Amino acid sequence: MDTATAIISTDICYHCGEDCYSETVHFDDKSFCCLGCQTAYRVLDESGLCNYYDLDVSPGINLKDTKHRARFDYLEDQEVIERISDFKAQNRISISLYVPNIHCTSCVWLLENLQKLDSGILQSGVNFLKRELTLLIDTDKTSLRNVVEQLVTIGYEPEIRLEKLDSKTEKSHQNRSLWLKMGVAGFAFGNIMLFSFPDYLDITGSGLGGKFHIFFGALNIILALPVLFYSSSDYLKSAFAALSQRGINLDVPISIGIIALFSRSVYEITTMTGTGYMDSFTGLIFFLLIGKLVQQKTFNRLSFDRDYRSYLPIAVNVIDKNGFERSVSLDKLMPGKQMRLRNQELVPCDAVLLSEEAFMDYSFITGESEPVSVKKGERIFAGGRLIGTSALMRTKEKVTNSYLTKLWNHEAFQNSPKELKLTTFADKISPYFTIAVLGVAFFSGLYWLQAAGMEPALSVFTAVLIIACPCALALSTPFTLGSALNVLSLNGLFVKNHLLIENLSKATSIVFDKTGTLTNSEATEIQFYGIELSKEEQKWVKSTCRSSIHPLSRKISTYFSEQTSANAEDFHEIPGKGIFAVIDGHDIVLGSRYFLAEQTGLKITEIPKTNFSGSTAHLVIDGVYKGFFGVCAGLRTGTSGLLNSLKQKFQTYLISGDNENQKNEFFEYFGVNGSLLFNQNPEEKLEFITSLQKENSRVIMVGDGLNDAGALKKSDFGIALSDDVSSFSPACDAILEGTSLHKLNDFIHFSKASMNIIIASFVLSLLYNTIGLGFAITGHLSPLVAAILMPLSSISVMVFTFLTTRFFARKRGLAIWK
Amino acid sequence: MEVIYMLIGFSLIVALIFLALFIWAVKSGQFDDQYTPSLRVLFDNKKSTKQTNNNKNRDE
Repeated sequence: MDTATAIISTDICYHCGEDCYSETVHFDDKSFCCLGCQTAYRVLDESGLCNYYDLDVSPGINLKDTKHRARFDYLEDQEVIERISDFKAQNRISISLYVPNIHCTSCVWLLENLQKLDSGILQSGVNFLKRELTLLIDTDKTSLRNVVEQLVTIGYEPEIRLEKLDSKTEKSHQNRSLWLKMGVAGFAFGNIMLFSFPDYLDITGSGLGGKFHIFFGALNIILALPVLFYSSSDYLKSAFAALSQRGINLDVPISIGIIALFSRSVYEITTMTGTGYMDSFTGLIFFLLIGKLVQQKTFNRLSFDRDYRSYLPIAVNVIDKNGFERSVSLDKLMPGKQMRLRNQELVPCDAVLLSEEAFMDYSFITGESEPVSVKKGERIFAGGRLIGTSALMRTKEKVTNSYLTKLWNHEAFQNSPKELKLTTFADKISPYFTIAVLGVAFFSGLYWLQAAGMEPALSVFTAVLIIACPCALALSTPFTLGSALNVLSLNGLFVKNHLLIENLSKATSIVFDKTGTLTNSEATEIQFYGIELSKEEQKWVKSTCRSSIHPLSRKISTYFSEQTSANAEDFHEIPGKGIFAVIDGHDIVLGSRYFLAEQTGLKITEIPKTNFSGSTAHLVIDGVYKGFFGVCAGLRTGTSGLLNSLKQKFQTYLISGDNENQKNEFFEYFGVNGSLLFNQNPEEKLEFITSLQKENSRVIMVGDGLNDAGALKKSDFGIALSDDVSSFSPACDAILEGTSLHKLNDFIHFSKASMNIIIASFVLSLLYNTIGLGFAITGHLSPLVAAILMPLSSISVMVFTFLTTRFFARKRGLAIWK
Repeated sequence: MEVIYMLIGFSLIVALIFLALFIWAVKSGQFDDQYTPSLRVLFDNKKSTKQTNNNKNRDE
């Protein structure tokens, strides 16, 4: 740290820890960077909740940039409450709110102590990973609206999105049944192993006397029944469904094995001919369910299937006939209504501007990074974000008919074909496997039938079915991919479904979006080119830009953050062109070349043309041309290395909704004509992916915005890049942390290695099956052999896949431990 | 050796109690969120007086 900056900002906000460079609010001997932070402190202090500040240094959230405090009128609408709450009775509401700002221990503590802020809150609980706050509210003492506003005051604004209205019942308890099934199977497995122990030592079952044999046998059957009917029901149902559709999946041979194992055990126990294989049976189910749990391990806080409904807010402010503003939930918004939006608010549906002028940021929709100026009477598209002063507009379409929503009605979004075409290696070989097993069982059965009669023939037949049960085979895919999924998520790539790793490994082409993906809006670089400005001049420029809402002026103003500022004597801004201001008697003109030529006495030829790749703003002070500011979006760190290494092995393409400003910059990475495409709208992007796929390419699409949503969905593996993983990202197959983009090449190689590990573990488990078959065909399958071989095969496959995935991850330089 | 019947009976009852506890734990949502509870351990239940010793910790 250089001392210069330390001197400039001695004050650090007590609440959020930001430097108080623009203003400092003093309160209670403490400094705050803004009134919002001070309010938050005061609220906490009054309720005796200042322990918050002990748990972490500056745990608060900066309140300066929180979105305009939207009015929460709609939270008083009983119907809306009904639809967004989990449960509602006379004076009780239970509701789960998504609070993106939960980021540390202190947040959890504060939110779980909300009762102290508002006595109407009876219970509050936080799920940290889901960023979810569950509240139980007593409506006699407070209202939902009050609670939400209270949350906004302390900096935890909940995100209530349109999708919440449509979601019916919560499905969050889905995997509870899997835990229960596993618990029951594990319980039976452990106990049956104990009860079978005497039989391991004495195969004839005579050691303890016949009565014990019956007793243990009966207990085994009783314990195994719930395992068959409850724990293994998923496999039996899936196999039955496959068979009734005349198909075969891996669950079919598993189910055959399960049934053979169970019925033969019951037969042996009841006829007193043997001790049965109930331990192997329950153990098998137990391990299979563990595999399933690994497979189902989802990333709670990530949402992969988002569409426009999770992007749009739940309500907007509409001006009714009497001129009053009131908020209306979006599904009730009709065409022809007047609505008022404020700075940073989203346009929910296509509309026509009624105010004189407005600036719209369409970057999330079109990829165009520069805001667009819209004049009175022009159309505004849904999904745009209003920048600057508030604006009035008239709705033209219902929310469901807007341009943004049309993108989702595109066929690429109708029933996703990606899931259907996904067949794992295991599913591909399962028909052959089933036929082979049945064949071996029949032939060895036939052989024993003529060699020794019915009794041993039947026993060999069932033994083959039992031992050939592909449990290790069924485990190898979920365990390898589950392990790979874990490694990838440790490194910042969160994949939706473990089966999708296969798609990642087979990619041949990679398509990148530019804005927000390769370039980072946070990392914009601004530079002044021209005659060096004096301190005084810097101050004037800063003061001029401070009053403007144009993003370029914002950037220039922060460029001179060290300077103090003065008030402009005269200031006017011509949107889309430039600014004119008089400060301390000096004329400052900033803008495009033509604007400068108009405003000052300079001729257009006196202002040099630039071949700068990026946005520019020229500066004239007192009629003298000084130079220009150039802004270009900076590349993410490691991007150039990544692109260079990728282009060796893959076809790489750049497809951007932005203008061609930065074409030269990317030319060396993508080079060949046609692989650099600019000014592409969302549908063109989608079509580009389709055309690549028609040429038999397997495409990875890397994008970040809604404008890439179609392409992400269409591609074989769509990666949504996000700087804040829990924030909004469009529908995709995987979410990648912005800081991990440079590892993409390693990810692809690692996924290839994982596919090889699956094949290796297949070979391993087939080896066990063949050894077991040897025992079974020769009529030597004793309960002891089954009891050893079956768990051994399962466990060794788990260990093998775990170790090898870590080994290959390490080889590619990926983190394997956190 | 007949005592085994009783012993096995007892051991099964104990095991069933554990199974019941497990089922109760799952149904009460113990496996729904496996992260946040680990944070709650960190919270003290001390009564905070107004304007406590925050300043001391903040000077570092």
